[in-house]
Amino acid sequence: MLRTVGYNLIQLLFVLGFAPLYAGVLSRFKENIQSKRGPSIFQPYRDLWKLFHKDEVISSETTWIFRATPYLVFVVPLFVTSLIPVLTDYPLAFAFMGDMLAGGFFLALGGFFAALAAVDTGNPYGPMGASRTRMVGFLAEPVFMIVFFTVSFVAQSTIPYIVQQKWVASSAAFFSPAHILLLIAFLMLILAEGGRIPVDNPTGHFELAMIDESKGLEYSGRGAALMKWGGQMKFLVLTCIFLNVLLAPWGLAHGQQLGHVLLAVPFILLKVFLFIIVLVMIESSLSKLRLFRISEFLGAAFIISVAAMIASIFSGPGT
Amino acid sequence: MNSAQVPLAIGFNALIAGLILISAFAMVATRQVQGVLRFFILQSALLATSSFLIGYSRHSIHLLALGVITVAAKVIAIPWVLKRTLPGEVYERREIEQVLNIPSSLLLALLLAIAAEFIVAPIAMASSDPVVRVNLPIGLAGVLIGAYSLIARREALPQLVGILAMENGAFFAGIAIAPDLPLIAELAVAIDVILIAVVIGVLTRDIKLTIGTTEPSALTELREEPQPWR
Repeated sequence: MLRTVGYNLIQLLFVLGFAPLYAGVLSRFKENIQSKRGPSIFQPYRDLWKLFHKDEVISSETTWIFRATPYLVFVVPLFVTSLIPVLTDYPLAFAFMGDMLAGGFFLALGGFFAALAAVDTGNPYGPMGASRTRMVGFLAEPVFMIVFFTVSFVAQSTIPYIVQQKWVASSAAFFSPAHILLLIAFLMLILAEGGRIPVDNPTGHFELAMIDESKGLEYSGRGAALMKWGGQMKFLVLTCIFLNVLLAPWGLAHGQQLGHVLLAVPFILLKVFLFIIVLVMIESSLSKLRLFRISEFLGAAFIISVAAMIASIFSGPGT
Repeated sequence: MNSAQVPLAIGFNALIAGLILISAFAMVATRQVQGVLRFFILQSALLATSSFLIGYSRHSIHLLALGVITVAAKVIAIPWVLKRTLPGEVYERREIEQVLNIPSSLLLALLLAIAAEFIVAPIAMASSDPVVRVNLPIGLAGVLIGAYSLIARREALPQLVGILAMENGAFFAGIAIAPDLPLIAELAVAIDVILIAVVIGVLTRDIKLTIGTTEPSALTELREEPQPWR
């Protein structure tokens, strides 16, 4: 028991420690592919360090929501981390505290408070970005639901660890049309939720075109650092759900020893690295969609996820 | 179905089935003519891969030959023929006028896919063969979605691609239920398909030269004065 709590802590440290690196490698690769040198892959760490050592300015017009939000945004991905398989393929101590829906609600809670805080400041760009994020959010929600329900239907459980075991233990579930449909739908979802390119430009600095970024415009110092770090962790957590629960559990620790768990770290990093390459290819070959085309993008994700549900009922492993 | 003993080739065939369904959806959702054609090429390549995989796992030389024919006819010949017969300007066109907008089209395509699963379910469930259970509903869905894009599109080239996508769907269902179809029939179909592409391509080119558009919906008036051929 105590040992699995310890492993859970290792998972938390993994997400805490490697989320900025993930963002750094991603942006570096993207610059490289555009024939630029790009910043160092450790630049996000330096940014966080710098921001933590700066003074924080908070408008006197704001309420407690504005002050509480960075902490919430920072903590929420950590909650989700304790519910999902990041390094091990067997359930850890906190795995049964909540299922995949709880994870979804936690992430939505962070997004909700971030939107409230953006409105709280009275900055004209904040509410605009917040309302756009909500638009993307409510279009993404049904896809989330249907993807989760489909995998839960196959696995007869909504606990991510069990889903992951059932989903890939039998090759009938792994090799089914529903699997690839779900993967594509969830990939589109990650692109939308993470504010990546067909939906939102993460490197854009033009306020009128921002979706995700403009929520954090008013933060400075520690608040900005926490918001940034929280956003990076959220993206890493979503990636881990995609790679470990839905795609394949290759590289996850199977043994109970500490060595096995630590050995899983480079394997998972390798998987994330391969995912970065795919992501960079997607981001470099597509252009940002117009705002009202986003509904088509997520509508397509929804269609694919429903097709996956139907395929898993009729010709999938569930029967 | 014994889950542990699904051979790898059959397993990958199921994954490809999912991709074929996605490319059928993508052909409905794409606005650009060039994009529609690209997704068709992708779908044909996937179809050929599936044919190779099933042929490999069932030791059927027919299916392997079929895969080669598919690559030759649909991945290489048809795009080449269309490129030769139609002016390049047609491909760059965006925002094809559709009868329904794209989200409603996608929803209808989804309904068609669901209907295909429902219709085929009694037959597919009767078979213990995992290939049949996967290929039959998705093949039928491909046929129906192709037929839908034939109705909903208003440009000649995407309509042609709709016909070809229907053929792809029928083919995908066919390789599962009739692995030993005589090769001569498949050859005839492959050549037929290329001929369809040539005929429709040349016809579209002439329509374009005569009336300046490639929208069949613009052809509503009957004119009596003799048109100079070209």
